[in-house]
Amino acid sequence: MLGLNKKDTSLMIVVIILTMFAPFILNPFPVDSAMAQFNAGYPDLMQRFVIFGIFAIGFNILFGLTGYLSFGHAAFLGIGSYSVVWMYKLLDYNVIYGLPLAVLTAGIFAVAIGYVSLRRSGIYFSILTLAFAQMSFNLAYSVLTPITNGETGLQVYNNDPQVLLGANEATSPHLFGIVMNNSFKLDVGAWQFTFNNGYYFCALVMLLVFYLSIRIFRSPFGLMLRAVKSNQNRLSYTGLNPRPYTLAAFVISGMYAGLAGGLMASMDPLAGAERMQWTASGEVVLMTILGGTGTLIGPVLGAGFIKYFENIFSKINDTILHQWFSFLPDGLEDAVVFIIHPFIGKGWHLTLGILFMLVVIFLPGGLVEGGQRIGKWIKSRGKSEDSDSGATTEPAE
Amino acid sequence: MGILEVKDVGKRFGGLQALGDVNLSVKENSVHAIIGPNGAGKSTLLNCLVGKLIPDTGSVMFDGQSVLGRTPYEINQMGISRVFQTPEIFSDLTVLENMMIPCFAKRDGAFRMHAIENMMSEAEIVDKAEHMLEEMNMADKAGMHSASMSRGDKRRLEIAMCLAQEPRLLLLDEPTAGMARADTNNTIDLLKQISDERDITIAIIEHDMHVVFSLANRITVLAQGTPLVEDDPENIRGNPKVREAYLGETA
Ligand SMILES: Nc1ncnc2c1ncn2[C@@H]1O[C@H](COP(=O)(O)OP(=O)(O)O)[C@@H](O)[C@H]1O
Ligand SMILES: [Mg+2]
Repeated sequence: MLGLNKKDTSLMIVVIILTMFAPFILNPFPVDSAMAQFNAGYPDLMQRFVIFGIFAIGFNILFGLTGYLSFGHAAFLGIGSYSVVWMYKLLDYNVIYGLPLAVLTAGIFAVAIGYVSLRRSGIYFSILTLAFAQMSFNLAYSVLTPITNGETGLQVYNNDPQVLLGANEATSPHLFGIVMNNSFKLDVGAWQFTFNNGYYFCALVMLLVFYLSIRIFRSPFGLMLRAVKSNQNRLSYTGLNPRPYTLAAFVISGMYAGLAGGLMASMDPLAGAERMQWTASGEVVLMTILGGTGTLIGPVLGAGFIKYFENIFSKINDTILHQWFSFLPDGLEDAVVFIIHPFIGKGWHLTLGILFMLVVIFLPGGLVEGGQRIGKWIKSRGKSEDSDSGATTEPAE
Repeated sequence: MGILEVKDVGKRFGGLQALGDVNLSVKENSVHAIIGPNGAGKSTLLNCLVGKLIPDTGSVMFDGQSVLGRTPYEINQMGISRVFQTPEIFSDLTVLENMMIPCFAKRDGAFRMHAIENMMSEAEIVDKAEHMLEEMNMADKAGMHSASMSRGDKRRLEIAMCLAQEPRLLLLDEPTAGMARADTNNTIDLLKQISDERDITIAIIEHDMHVVFSLANRITVLAQGTPLVEDDPENIRGNPKVREAYLGETA
């Protein structure tokens, strides 16, 4: 279907179903139940799932295929956000102007940054991208204040031109009148499901760019990128110039990041320099590795995993902990809460660090490898049960 | 005039004169062996031919054009393919994918971006890659992960990848180094077959005399960075200077 092989088509269909039904899938607990805090089906978080999914899918095209580890991709995220907010300020709140511009500007910056950084490989490449991203951050934070509005962040003011703004037009981001903020709420018994315009818009964009990434992975270009990762020496002596291939991958992944940044500003009409900070660049590295570097679905899983647990762990506080462990004797309860305390709330990064270490050590292939292992285990269990009963005599696969 | 003309090539590494005034002429469609003791400068010379090193002095002409100052991929696109001392293949890819890359390089040049076309639906490339594997008796390994092959098979794949580009000159740096006798003989047979059946010139660096005398129809002996003598195999065998510099040492 659409130029995909059977396996990729089924993957695509699964992803379509999961994203389209996410408001149900992510809200398994009734609103008033104690478990409701583990629900993830509200607009803000669902938007983050897919936006960071896009960011990680793009990052994986560079890192997963070519092996070049960029530590500066957050710069493109910020550039994308600024582009979109500027279009709000100059034209109007329709995101249709800003998003293509976000992709384009990020692409232009990626050409420049990639051209210089890709003169080196390995750790030197990573350091160069990190340096560029920090430069971009500092430019945005202080030097280029007229363009970025410095530490306040860029936002729309009443005296902005907004030349295309109609009399009855929405004054928050929208797509031809479909307002991103608006949601439709569905109550079913004790459950409540929220269908948010912004989420569905981002989800459709993600499905499109996910499809594109599958095509890239399976294309001759994708093969060349994997060859770059595998053996650059052989590639050069096979008459191929690795540089333009890696630059193309860098620019494509930069454009994905620009798109993700643009979508962030499409959900919330703000752009700030902190979006370009190195921690944000590092986060997408973690997402990709955690999910499974070089796999199609891994980065999306990694993004969802990190954003979900960030949300859960940073919401938990001592009061909630005391509730959970109230069944314990008082002294013990306090001790348990004391031990867990550093890992929750603002200490969520500590938990992330530990989770990341565990995955890298025990599942080098990330969550995707975990899934494959479980799949294999179930299969082999199924098989041994079959042979135990001896009833089936199917030929071996 | 040979297809490859090396004139007065010199190369220093710090205080070490690795190559000094090397002259070499490789005739079209010949198998030319370059022999010499360890450290004689054979690999250095080869690296000067493929763009990995730039000689300090002299000139290297391939088919009437200078190769000096060109990058390895440009020199390869001129028609020179190279086999490494330890097989260099794309070990993360399958055997078929390995074969497809030189086929793309031959058809599309040093860079072309097919980002949306499906790799496996490029029938022309897939056919050529499969055909090449068949010719090298490796068709059964097409789907295999190339890292898991034996050393001899990796060498065979590397040679196949070079041939898929239809090069005019094939350079080999000690292709049988570290191989068991059986693998060595297979490689000799393979190279013989290639030079008989194809319109190709082979220049081979070799340490193993058995390989050299089985294959070469012209031999250059290199010692301490300079060519001692260039002659036909029969004359090299009996040459006292060569015996002293090289054969005597290994005997
Ligand atoms: N990159 C290099 N830097 C310094 N010295 C080198 C380098 N490459 C080779 N040499 C030296 O040059 C001499 C010739 O080396 P090489 O061409 O590898 O010999 P061969 O292949 O004939 O065994 C040796 O003494 C070696 O140590
Ligand atoms: Mg050598």
